Amino acid sequence: MTAGPTARPGGLGVDEARRLAELPPSPAVWCSGLRKRYGRQTAVDGVSFTVGRGEIVGLLGPNGAGKTSVIKILLGLVRPDAGEVLLLGRPARDPRSRARVGYLPELFRYQPWLTPGEVLALHVRLAGVAVPAEERRACLATVGLADRADDRVGGFSKGMQQRLGLAVALVARPELVVLDEPTSALDPVGRADVRDLLLALRSRQVAVLLNSHLIGEVERVCDRVVILDKGRVAAAGSLPELLGRRELRLRLGGVSAGAEQRLAAVGPLTRDGDSFTVALPAEADPTTVPDLVADLVALGVRVHAVEPGRISLEERLLGILRAGREGDR
Amino acid sequence: MTTAARTVLTLAALTLKEAARRRVLRALAALTVVLLALSAWGFSRIAAETDSLTSGEAKLVASQVLNLVMFGMSLIAALGTAFLAGPTLAGEIESGMALSVLARPVHRSAVLVGKWLGLVAFGSGFVAVAGLAQFLIVRATVGYWPPQPVAGLALLAAQTTVLLTLGLLLATVVSPMASGIVSVGLFGATWIAGVVSGIGEVLRNESLARVGTVSRMVLPTDGLWRGAMHSFQDPTALAQFGAEMDGFPFLSLAPLTLTYLAWTAVWVALILALTSVSFLRRDL
Ligand SMILES: Nc1ncnc2c1ncn2[C@@H]1O[C@H](COP(=O)(O)OP(=O)(O)O)[C@@H](O)[C@H]1O
Ligand SMILES: [Mg+2]
Repeated sequence: MTAGPTARPGGLGVDEARRLAELPPSPAVWCSGLRKRYGRQTAVDGVSFTVGRGEIVGLLGPNGAGKTSVIKILLGLVRPDAGEVLLLGRPARDPRSRARVGYLPELFRYQPWLTPGEVLALHVRLAGVAVPAEERRACLATVGLADRADDRVGGFSKGMQQRLGLAVALVARPELVVLDEPTSALDPVGRADVRDLLLALRSRQVAVLLNSHLIGEVERVCDRVVILDKGRVAAAGSLPELLGRRELRLRLGGVSAGAEQRLAAVGPLTRDGDSFTVALPAEADPTTVPDLVADLVALGVRVHAVEPGRISLEERLLGILRAGREGDR
Repeated sequence: MTTAARTVLTLAALTLKEAARRRVLRALAALTVVLLALSAWGFSRIAAETDSLTSGEAKLVASQVLNLVMFGMSLIAALGTAFLAGPTLAGEIESGMALSVLARPVHRSAVLVGKWLGLVAFGSGFVAVAGLAQFLIVRATVGYWPPQPVAGLALLAAQTTVLLTLGLLLATVVSPMASGIVSVGLFGATWIAGVVSGIGEVLRNESLARVGTVSRMVLPTDGLWRGAMHSFQDPTALAQFGAEMDGFPFLSLAPLTLTYLAWTAVWVALILALTSVSFLRRDL
């Protein structure tokens, strides 16, 4: 049977097919209105967000915020009471939606009677992807387990099992990787390795949904963050959107009234002895700071130090969560 | 190969590998060797004593002792698989091992059927190897060979299958250890019910006899066991002395009916479907 140029009922015409192909690829994760209760405890309460292709999104929030529950709903491990999930364009009800998804659970444990090489072979087979043995070995090497490939997993430390979990998440050539606290059992070197891994994934256009307590880590690698609190999305956005304000910290001597006026002209000013903090506009001109320094010097101010500052994600997160708590009262 | 078939076979192979590499297998092998050695000694004693018996009597004694030993064997198979079936599913859910497997593009029911198939293969393999070894010992010591060895071993394998299917179902609702204990307990209870009903038949007490009939329907292990015994014992000797032996727990007078076998198949399918439903609804 040949497809005619005109649309047939129940089928796609050539034009429609072309238009579909030209559409931007569906997001890696799309979820809407997720809800889940455990008995009387509401774990997830109307959560919606998306993770674009090739995007790294951080899922943040205090303990019990519902991060793990959301992740398990996305992966079909927990049945939501309400809401819809699309993974890589397919409804999550269909197991095939997970064909290109890698997952490291918060509670990670792998068959103790297998070797890491066998665990990876198992997952590759279950994923239905043909990954040659060298590629699987290379994957073990990226997580630092190359020399333990033939030992039983049963003898592994917690940190080594977590590394194996990372390899499992990465081995079947995923387009989306979901990591639930991937560094909880890792030493500082391991954490740095994970950061490098994430950056490598981004460079290969693999989407990542990452839940981590180490906010500094999230801040360094994430394009966007979703902040959960008590099962709800408390805030979401790109880092510049969420952190918005940047600031300039200066230590100055001999500040005259005129110099203070010049400082205040840039943005809201706070003074603490000889320390001055100026909030910079979100889209500051690249000449703003050098111009300010030149003018201050011209006004006879002694400039001891000038450093750019940024509100850290941690401060912002605490701010958002505190605002939420006060809103409840 | 479809995705579901691939999942089933992968999980079955994984389960067999688990059984082969875990301590359960070594414990099972050790128990079996002890039982085989004991039975070899026992049968050689019988061979020494039976000079005074007629050949019919000797065969009857050999049948009974063989059935007794095979009962021990089936008990080992039952214990082994029940304590393997529970932990393999419930333990994996509890420990988090199931999370990364079920997050793959697999249907939960395919994972379940794969595990079940692996356990059935393991249990049947054990029954076949240990049973055959036992027959060879009996032949070498007293020169007795059961009339239907293959059918008997198949029924023992079916009995093991019934019990491990029950173990899997229980494992989706209670803890792994509890599921093993409960299924072995039920196995013992139906066996006792079978013995009680045998006594009931001898005493012509219908309500006592009905206990066994009902329990054989509810959990088909004892019925299958009786069928297996029937295939192991010598029919001529039984015909000769059978009437006197009525109600004896290690002889069986009637072969299994096809209806009962069909019921067993339906029972296994039902329990597996129930397990599947319970597993599908479960939050991990
Ligand atoms: N299986 C479960 N049974 C009962 N309550 C649960 C279960 N899983 C999670 N919860 C509850 O749901 C809430 C969110 O948990 P979780 O998603 O694990 O949070 P997070 O990962 O953000 O720390 C918590 O209050 C937790 O107690
Ligand atoms: Mg969590």
